[in-house]
Amino acid sequence: MSTDNKKTLLSIKDLTLYFNTQKGPVQAVDGVFFDLGYKEAVVILGESGCGKSSLAKALLRLLPRNVARYDGQVYLEGEEIMAMDEEQYRQNVRWVRMSLVPQAAMNSLNPVLKVGEQVAEPMIIHHGVKKEEALVQAAKMFQHVGVPVDFLDRYAFELSGGMRQRVAIAMSLVTAPAVVILDEPTSALDVLTQANIFNVLKRLKKELEVSFILITHDIATSSELADRVAVMYAGQIVEVSDAHSFFREPLHPYSRMLMASVPRLRANQEPEYITGQPPSLLNPPTGCRFSARCPKRFAKCSEEPPIINVDGIQVKCWLYAN
Amino acid sequence: MTDTQRDVLLSIDDLHVWFELRRFGFGHAGYVKAVDGVTFDLHYGETIAIVGESGCGKTSLMKTILGLNKPTRGKIMFEDKNVGELAGEALRDYRSKIGYVQQDPFGALAPFMNVQRILEEPLIINGITDPAERERRVRKVMEEVKLTPADDFLHKFPHMLSGGQQQRIVIARAIILEPKLVVADEPVSMLDASVRVEILKLLRGLQEKYRLAVIYITHDLSTVRYFSERVFVMYAGNVVEKAPVTSLVHNPKHPYTVALMDATSDPDADNALKYRELPGGEPPSLVNPPSGCRFHPRCPKRIDNLCEVEEPQELSADGHLVACWLYK
Repeated sequence: MSTDNKKTLLSIKDLTLYFNTQKGPVQAVDGVFFDLGYKEAVVILGESGCGKSSLAKALLRLLPRNVARYDGQVYLEGEEIMAMDEEQYRQNVRWVRMSLVPQAAMNSLNPVLKVGEQVAEPMIIHHGVKKEEALVQAAKMFQHVGVPVDFLDRYAFELSGGMRQRVAIAMSLVTAPAVVILDEPTSALDVLTQANIFNVLKRLKKELEVSFILITHDIATSSELADRVAVMYAGQIVEVSDAHSFFREPLHPYSRMLMASVPRLRANQEPEYITGQPPSLLNPPTGCRFSARCPKRFAKCSEEPPIINVDGIQVKCWLYAN
Repeated sequence: MTDTQRDVLLSIDDLHVWFELRRFGFGHAGYVKAVDGVTFDLHYGETIAIVGESGCGKTSLMKTILGLNKPTRGKIMFEDKNVGELAGEALRDYRSKIGYVQQDPFGALAPFMNVQRILEEPLIINGITDPAERERRVRKVMEEVKLTPADDFLHKFPHMLSGGQQQRIVIARAIILEPKLVVADEPVSMLDASVRVEILKLLRGLQEKYRLAVIYITHDLSTVRYFSERVFVMYAGNVVEKAPVTSLVHNPKHPYTVALMDATSDPDADNALKYRELPGGEPPSLVNPPSGCRFHPRCPKRIDNLCEVEEPQELSADGHLVACWLYK
């Protein structure tokens, strides 16, 4: 847990990001915490609108103009990166030690640049290497992600969706960052392509010194990569657990219901849905934010639950307070 | 396979849907063979799922059933009428008997119409002129899709609704004319996990209550077993396997079906410990599909000198119809 622990690569505490809107501040990310170890993958699991993409933006400081509040502590290899000014952050963190595969990455490639040049570009900008050298590095990255090297000279429209996604992953890895944030990396892809991309990510995790933060709403495929799982609900983390305990039986009532909603191919288990809707982040309810939909709600739930440690699993729920 | 208890509602015979490619706007440059020889019968009240990856022709097949594309070859018979030949009044009458649930609910709802207007539209088009009658039917259908109390929703615009509510409106619109067949094109792929199940259960409830025939088009095999009786697996414009759903998930026959199943995850922490065995390559171009079996370049069980030469026949194996030479 503590930042002086050598095994912790990235430690996030109380990260908060609010946006100003006409109706008032939206509490998109509210006191988010989790740790990421070396060569580890943490899955941030949540439904749309729970603030998981805003979390990625907050970590990489890719902020829009309407930020109302942005604070908290983020330690990357023991160094507090929230305290850095923009120039320091740009030179030392963004795409140098922490990079992003954005949502719909396959459609975010530049249509008028060859994909090889795009993959080489972060090397040229951040490490100041010559274009020829950067292209050699790009070619190496292509091999890692399983794109034929002669695709360096192609344009994005000449590649299939799966290949484009691999190129986007190569681009995030070319500067050898310690952390790569994957924002829904496979949501627009077909089943076979999706499984192929996860094979690639698994291999990269083994071969390279890289940790992943995988942001997704898809519980079934998230288990392909997860070492640990953090569940997000209405801007907050409600459970952080190791993958084995989580996929066997999660603790938080929301996590349990989410797990029960997954249709399974190999088990004949009728999926169940969660009634109601997540609260508005403009005016989230006081106390537990899930309480309105929770079947196990009791009087205590009107107070904000603390984060409780249950055998190494952190869960934000009064059920586990004794 | 054939259920003699039930009559055939929709019969598709050797359907081909080809789109012509033109060079510089006029010269002929070949065809995209989106649907290439599909045959099946759908009975009253039956649910079938069509599973396949993008570009396999499932959407073209659906659009042809809806009467939006003309068949290039082959026939679609709906209650003994040839859909390809319908026009004018007859086509409108046909369309009132089939409902369509689109993939993206927000894109499928006109942003400038409120819920009441959206749901009235099919009634107006089909000549229900009495406003009181229209309102009665709108309220009834909103109850069916569990958007209650109706007064809370009637005057809202699509952007004021959540994704799940929007999809309920789309479903309400599809069933308001009491169709016999509903075609649902990836109805839940844009929705969150917890809402997904809710919408599928709603559709299934309506299907059972009104004995609707449903064609459920999806790329997600894991939802299929909770929703349909028979599954058709499509690859590169062909149906490669037809089977009852439980039999398919327990005992897939075609190597492509096996690959699809192998690629589908269930939530299990052990998934992270192993690589998945998958066929290499990508689906072929439909302009120049491979000779013989279209899956042969990627197939791990390819039989040399046979699969690349001859197009496989539909063979029966344990109640499945499989287009694969392995089962000869």
